[in-house]
Amino acid sequence: MGQQQGAYFVPVKSYWPIVAAVVMFLTVFGAAHWLNAEPGETGFGKTVITVGFIGILLMFFGWFRSVINESLAGKYDAQVDRSFRMGMMWFIFSEVMFFGAFFGALFYTRMFSVPWLGGEGHGVLTHQFLWGDYAAAWGAGGGNGPGNIGGNFQTVAPWGLPLLNTLILLTSSVTVTIAHHALKAGHRGKVLVFLGLTVLLGAVFVYAQAHEYMEAYHELNLTLHSGVYGSTFFMLTGFHGLHVTLGTIMLAIIWLRVLAGHFSRDHHFGFEAVAWYWHFVDVVWLGLFMFVYIL
Amino acid sequence: MQVATTKVQDMTSGGIRIKALGTRAWAAAVGALWAGSAWVNPAWANPQPGQLNMTKGVTEWSHEPYFLNNVALGVCTVIGVLVFGAMFVAMFRFRKSRGAVAEKWSHNTMLEVVWTTIPVIILIVLAWMSTGGLVSFADTTGSQMTVKVTGYQWKWRYDYVNYQGKAIDGVGFVSKLDEQSNDTRQLGSELDPDAVKVGDENTYLLNVDKPLVVPVDTKIRFVITAGDVIHSWWVPALGWKIDAIPGMVNAAWTNIKVPGTYRGQCAELCGQDHGFMPIVVKALPKAEFAQWLAQQEAAGKAPPATPATPASPTPAPASTAAAPASASTTAAAAATTPGKQG
Amino acid sequence: MAHAATHDHHDAHHGAPSNFFTRWFMSTNHKDIGTLYLIFSLTAFFIGGSFAMVIRAELFKPGMQLVQPYFFNEMTTMHALVMIFGAIMPAFVGLGNWMIPLMIGAPDMALPRMNNLSFWILPFAFVLLLSTLFLPGGAPAGGWTMYPPLSLQSGSLAYAVFAIHLMGISSIMGAINIIATILNMRAPGMDLLKMPVFVWSWLITAFLLIAVMPVLAGAVTMLLTDKYFGTSFFNAAGGGDPVLYQHIFWFFGHPEVYIMILPAFGIISEIVPTFSRKPIFGYKAMVFAIAAIAFLSFIVWAHHMFAVGLPLGAEIFFMYATMLISVPTGIKVFNWVSTMWGGSLTFETPMLFAIAFIILFTIGGFSGLMLALVPADFQYHDTYFVVAHFHYVLVTGAAFAIMAATYYWLPKWTGQMYSEFWGKVHFWCSVIFVNVLFFPQHFLGLAGMPRRIPDYNVAFADFNMISSIGGFLFGASQLIFAGVVIHCAFFSKKKAADRVWEGARGLEWTVPSPAPHHTFELPPVIHDDELAHGHVED
Ligand code: HEA
Ligand code: HEA
Ligand code: CUA
Ligand SMILES: [Cu+2]
Repeated sequence: MGQQQGAYFVPVKSYWPIVAAVVMFLTVFGAAHWLNAEPGETGFGKTVITVGFIGILLMFFGWFRSVINESLAGKYDAQVDRSFRMGMMWFIFSEVMFFGAFFGALFYTRMFSVPWLGGEGHGVLTHQFLWGDYAAAWGAGGGNGPGNIGGNFQTVAPWGLPLLNTLILLTSSVTVTIAHHALKAGHRGKVLVFLGLTVLLGAVFVYAQAHEYMEAYHELNLTLHSGVYGSTFFMLTGFHGLHVTLGTIMLAIIWLRVLAGHFSRDHHFGFEAVAWYWHFVDVVWLGLFMFVYIL
Repeated sequence: MQVATTKVQDMTSGGIRIKALGTRAWAAAVGALWAGSAWVNPAWANPQPGQLNMTKGVTEWSHEPYFLNNVALGVCTVIGVLVFGAMFVAMFRFRKSRGAVAEKWSHNTMLEVVWTTIPVIILIVLAWMSTGGLVSFADTTGSQMTVKVTGYQWKWRYDYVNYQGKAIDGVGFVSKLDEQSNDTRQLGSELDPDAVKVGDENTYLLNVDKPLVVPVDTKIRFVITAGDVIHSWWVPALGWKIDAIPGMVNAAWTNIKVPGTYRGQCAELCGQDHGFMPIVVKALPKAEFAQWLAQQEAAGKAPPATPATPASPTPAPASTAAAPASASTTAAAAATTPGKQG
Repeated sequence: MAHAATHDHHDAHHGAPSNFFTRWFMSTNHKDIGTLYLIFSLTAFFIGGSFAMVIRAELFKPGMQLVQPYFFNEMTTMHALVMIFGAIMPAFVGLGNWMIPLMIGAPDMALPRMNNLSFWILPFAFVLLLSTLFLPGGAPAGGWTMYPPLSLQSGSLAYAVFAIHLMGISSIMGAINIIATILNMRAPGMDLLKMPVFVWSWLITAFLLIAVMPVLAGAVTMLLTDKYFGTSFFNAAGGGDPVLYQHIFWFFGHPEVYIMILPAFGIISEIVPTFSRKPIFGYKAMVFAIAAIAFLSFIVWAHHMFAVGLPLGAEIFFMYATMLISVPTGIKVFNWVSTMWGGSLTFETPMLFAIAFIILFTIGGFSGLMLALVPADFQYHDTYFVVAHFHYVLVTGAAFAIMAATYYWLPKWTGQMYSEFWGKVHFWCSVIFVNVLFFPQHFLGLAGMPRRIPDYNVAFADFNMISSIGGFLFGASQLIFAGVVIHCAFFSKKKAADRVWEGARGLEWTVPSPAPHHTFELPPVIHDDELAHGHVED
């Protein structure tokens, strides 16, 4: 790895970090208060979350604005650039591990706990003494456990909307790459078109997913309460959906920044960071499509 | 070394005995370390004041952990003496104040290979020994009796499932902390824990209203689960503990060799009264047990006994904020205790 | 170019800014942020320690004397959470912040603003966590491991979960910063294999942090949704399994305990050579051993779950993998001893703590190895034997290393010498009383005393009383520590030399004491013989 050559850019004092800490605190404090409120009680929780959340948006705006200004002022040399890259890479790695926890839960319940409850292998006694009537199955007719928690449900067919969503995300990965190449070649118009297309695809994905959720809730009776099938289904696709939403917003901001002419052919880390993030979201989806929908 | 036994018994009374620790406890300790060559005196199976080492237990299997514990302790002591010994030698020989001048070397391949290999060999031996014990423990087949154990906040339920190939019907009861301990343990009760005794033995927090009664010389299979949160069923004299998990069943076995009363406690944090859900196993000679069982069956036929755990599984965690495991649960729990049986 | 930038804001240049608020709340300076971390950590140590004092007071003799059982469980839980996430981890981050840039010749951390955020999240997270003690629902009381379904009964679960999310975010950002700093900011000539072992240990620890903190976040998120949103991850009736939580938790939890010991290994590997006046024995082996421990830490998690009823094959696998960790750890211990062998030893306070570390950590490691033997663990599990084990590795391991590091680098931070006399008093009190505190707990566990209980049979009375007395005295001894640090920082008249210790090597000793607000603004020219490991050939 590279080592230091000249003086490294150390930013001056900034109030954004402490602002960030405060607004993050407000958000979670509000959320905790809200979750713990007695039913019917009108707490201040919601207000506090809202304030905190708006604060987070403003904070991001302000913090990134100062970063962008520094970048435009040419204060970032190649070494700073590398620090940013490493930061982004390791951040994405941490996200991978976060999803890993939920994938782990999915694999464990599918491969161990549900079969055990049904009396397979290690679960003979569990089945015999507690859940004699339960026939283990993943998906409809068993995926919500021996208590039939949440009632009977249907699963989402993989070859409809989910397939479409797969294609959408794959295409969007291609368009963002084309945009990247265009940026490196200095074709701003082409960048705007393809990046715009990516944003659009991201939005369509989110829309389709929302549609799928509606259908699941209203027609399939597949809900967050549908036992562990529902739990893993909605937590995995839900967190993924959240990341797509975030990614789409970030792409949109990058689009605006391209429009504003912030990026040069060889100096566009912001663009790349978001593109990496987008690819990460894409890869997670492939895992989801495989293990949540198809198998 | 059983001579020490009686001596130790009487030291369980009296206030806090730092003095006692000086004399009698050490005697007890030595006794504990050398405890019996065959099966130990049952009294030794339960915690003793000043006890320094693990109990050897009273079952066919319970010497496994005891043996491993001693071997591992021995190995570690030897390594410790060598390593720390070398270090102390260095600390005396190579002090600057004694004029030691630092040498320059920082590397010795031979040595490094040696102290990588030797631990590996030691570990292989230890692993080999533990694996044997583990495999025998995992084998619950061929049992002559099955008892179902269910943990609740904060009591145990025992249901006798079968004995010597015959299904048992309607023998089951709840076992919880005895009255006297319970009164004594209340904050500010002013009662003396030392006064909670059965005969000579202090049973503070280690006694129940109705013990689990089992026969000796019988391979007993336990199937263990829980009704609310995770508990863990542990009687040191049997040599193992295993978690009681709501909605899941674990199995374990024992074969007690010495009649006696063996005490243990819940060993998984299960809420406010986790410290107050002891386990007592009373092992009877086979004939006496058969008698006891017959009595229970007869009594059980009369009033419809509480059915073995209803199919109601883990209470689905309430979506509303659950009260912290609190007094209300205790009250509800007490209410479900079935009537007296023998 | 960067110079021009800093000159615009002249206060940020050489001296520290004079305005209190700007200096401490808006800092981008690794030394100031390091100081903040260290102060925070010491505060948390005292808070967590007071909780421990409540525990030890209630356990002083049989019978309930002071607190209700539920409150006792709150104390146990909060004690552990505050000590782990508030005292030990931030202390290491603080030391890393202060020392890593100095040790590798960097002007600051790679991402200085984010660095400040990493720190400032922490006080808020702890306010959130500690506030539960005063809320109607009470503090979390299900143990620091928060096993469901018990933890789902807690009225304040959401607060605890969000506090953990915040701490996780803080740790992840801190770790990212450290990795980027080490990989990207080394002065020319500071090759990876010439870095101080402390820097290496942090590089690997940072990797562990990034890998497992998100997993903890996922685990507690599932708790949250199980309680408040009706999911069934840990509910067998819904097809889940309470044990699933334990797998995910310990996938985090085991690497977590090494997160709390690897930087300690690094510290000891700095101090022992300094006071032996001899280069560390087997530098490469040391680095390799840390990496090996880190790797193995990912495949041993179920050794905390030997009693949950795992399939036989799993128990065997996790037992073997766990035992294997003794090998690289042993290599480290042997290498420290060999470093001392043939040296020219002096015994200033940092060295005393380092020596105590080596012995007492090893004792903790031995009991760890005993715990790894499954049949024996059936007896040890969830008893005070385990409590004794982990306090030996955590208190006489991690905490002693942090104290050693404090004495070692304090003169560099403050420019003044601490009182060697009081340092030694602190050391001897600590090392004696900590053993009085924790050694008898081995016996209690072997005799059959479960952990996490507020009251016990009279058979356990003697050793509990001894342990409590040791606990109070050990706690009181820490007041000396605070006194020595405060005295050194504000009142000591004795100026420290730049190279504080005769045998000290490494870049941090080439800058003045106290280390100026900004160091290495231009990368230093490094001569190999200035480095502790510049000429290491093996
Ligand atoms: C800093 C923290 C730390 C460290 C370093 C360790 C190190 C080790 N731990 Fe420990 N452990 C904890 C913190 C730590 N642990 C905590 C907090 C818990 C309890 C969590 C809870 O339940 O709340 C716990 C619990 C725990 C358990 C579960 C016990 C139970 O609940 O039943 C086990 C079981 O295997 C275990 C094993 C080990 C082993 C094998 C090591 C090894 O890494 C030790 C290796 C070191 C040595 C062995 C000594 C030096 C080596 C030599 C001199 C070489 C030669 C030696 C031999 C060949 C023997 N630990
Ligand atoms: C990370 C590190 C860490 C550290 C440093 C400590 C430090 C200490 N720990 Fe703890 N402990 C844990 C981690 C740690 N612990 C964990 C993970 C658990 C498991 C929790 C669980 O089961 O969920 C645990 C559990 C635990 C228990 C078992 C509780 C139970 O099972 O119910 C006990 C009991 O003795 C205990 C005691 C102590 C004591 C006496 C200290 C002492 O070293 C503390 C000394 C410090 C001070 C006392 C503070 C400084 C001084 C003052 C504030 C001055 C005032 C004091 C006096 C004048 C006396 N700890
Ligand atoms: Cu039941 Cu602890
Ligand atoms: Cu572990």
